[in-house]
Order: sequence, then structure tokens, then C-alpha cells
Amino acid sequence: MLELIQQPWPWYVSGTIIAAIMFVLIFFGQSFGFSANLRTICAAAGGGKKVKFFDFNWKSQLWNLVFLVGAIIGGFIAAQFLSNGEPVKISESTISDLAKLGIAAPTSAQPNELFSLDAVFSVKGFLILALGGIMVGFGSRYAGGCTSGHAISGLSDLQVPSLIAVIGFFAGGLLMTFVLLPLIL
Amino acid sequence: MKFLKFLLAGIVFGIVMAKSEAFSWFRIQEMFRFQSFHMYGIIGTAVTLGVLGVFLIKKYKMRDMNGNPIMFYPKDKSVIRYLIGGTIFGLGWALSGACPGPMVVNIGYGYLAMIVVFLFAILGTFLYGAIKDKLPH
Repeated sequence: MLELIQQPWPWYVSGTIIAAIMFVLIFFGQSFGFSANLRTICAAAGGGKKVKFFDFNWKSQLWNLVFLVGAIIGGFIAAQFLSNGEPVKISESTISDLAKLGIAAPTSAQPNELFSLDAVFSVKGFLILALGGIMVGFGSRYAGGCTSGHAISGLSDLQVPSLIAVIGFFAGGLLMTFVLLPLIL
Repeated sequence: MKFLKFLLAGIVFGIVMAKSEAFSWFRIQEMFRFQSFHMYGIIGTAVTLGVLGVFLIKKYKMRDMNGNPIMFYPKDKSVIRYLIGGTIFGLGWALSGACPGPMVVNIGYGYLAMIVVFLFAILGTFLYGAIKDKLPH
């Protein structure tokens, strides 16, 4: 049984569990939207004194911060107890495309070229991580949600704004993947 | 212990993000290159079940654990903010290979470089808050 769990989980198992998490949060009287935590953290850090957008009762969002802490613990548990240590099995065509960009085939879940400590402490590597983070944080709040809030929760409720946001996610993702990434890497 | 249930839900979320490999930069690249069904399968399954569940909740006017009616609030009508905001988000998603949830899952998994990404995501959100009145919505 443990051996089975330690394999990568198939998409239909993972998708089902993600939907279940959304409904569990709804049943708890809340909703599934992870990037709201970024705003809550800004507010908790005192951002509301300078910027009105962060002046709200952030303590009502504590439940979501607890969910965030759980996600960190979940990642730790997966790495320590539920992993068979094998690299992610992406398709051969992705491996050869990425090789042209100087990214070697997976040896774990993340490319060393971007996420090793050597990369973090290089100027270029640090700027890539920083730029990626800024755009995710800025864009998710501008769009009013991220993958969980729009692509999962919003689309489940057949909301047109969420569909527009998801189209934007892909427009940006494709632009980065095919146009900008070859220039950056 | 009203928070314990959210902690457990978060733990399950973290485990599933890691075990589905949705937290991997490689998987996000593979998705944007349309070279595997994997990520589309995950999101497609979640949304299909989500649509069905939300439909049933509305049809049978279900209540949450506190006995309150479950409400779904329509998001503000607009195109520009969702399209521009979404595009900026997508640029960052494909570059860092992580949206906000998977960022912290990576940190727990041991990819400490994601701490940098997460801190700058907080900064990005702060920047949005600071200039939001000047942006088209």
C-alpha cells in the first residue's frame, strides 16, 4: 500500500481530491482561494496603515493562513514519507525542448538550474525567482484570484470572469514559455 | 480547535500538490507546451466534479456545517482586470513554475529557493494594493 502511495498519483485521483478540498472548505463555511493569503499577510504585517487595500479585518482570514501552514506541512510529509525519490516523469518532447534552453532532464521535482542554492545566490537566478514571484503576486490580486480561486472555484460556479482570468493565465503562460523564456534562460 | 480542520485540509492539499507533481516547474512547462495530458487531467477532473457539486448544492439549497445556506457570489463584471491581471499571473506562473499554493508546498518539500519566490509574491501583492487605484479595472 505504501509503495502505491509513494508513486506519483494519477491525474484523476489528484483532481478528485482537489475538488473534495474545495467542497470541504465550502462545507466549513469558507471558500477555496489560496492567493487571498498574500493579501492577508500584507495586512497582518501592518500594510493597512499605509495602503487602504490592506486595511481590513484580516483576522477573519486566519483560517486560510492555517490552511497555508498545513500546505507547508503537507509538502514536508510528502517529501519525507511519501516519496520514492524518483524524478518527475515528464514527456520526452518536453525534456528535449528544455534541453535546448539549457535545462537538464529532471533529477527530482525541480530543475537545479533554477532552484538550487547556487542559482538563488547568483544574480540572474535570484532575479528570475524574484520576477516570477512579483508577477504571480501582482497578477493574482489584479485578477482577483489565482488557480484555486478562478480555475477551480470560479469555473466550478461557471463564472465568466473566472474564464476570462484563466484565458489570461494561458496567454501569459504561453508568452513566457515560447517567447520570453528562450530570451531569459 | 476550530482551526484544526483547516490545518488538516491544508496538509491534504500539500500532499496532493506534491504527489500529483503539480508543484513541479517541469510539469508546468509540459502543460504550457501541450506535451502531456497530466495537468489538464488534474484541472479538468477538479472542475468537472466542481461544476457537478456546485450545481447540486444550489439545486438542493444545501447548508454548511454551521447551518448557514451556502452562497456563491458572482465576481465583479469586467474584462480588462481579469485579462491583464490573468496575463501577468500567467507570465509569473510559467517563469517560476508555481502558483501561490504550490510555492509553499515546495518550501515544505525542501525547495528553499521558493522562499524567495513567495516573499516576492507578497511584495507583488503589496505593489498591486499600492497602485490599484491607478489601474484599469
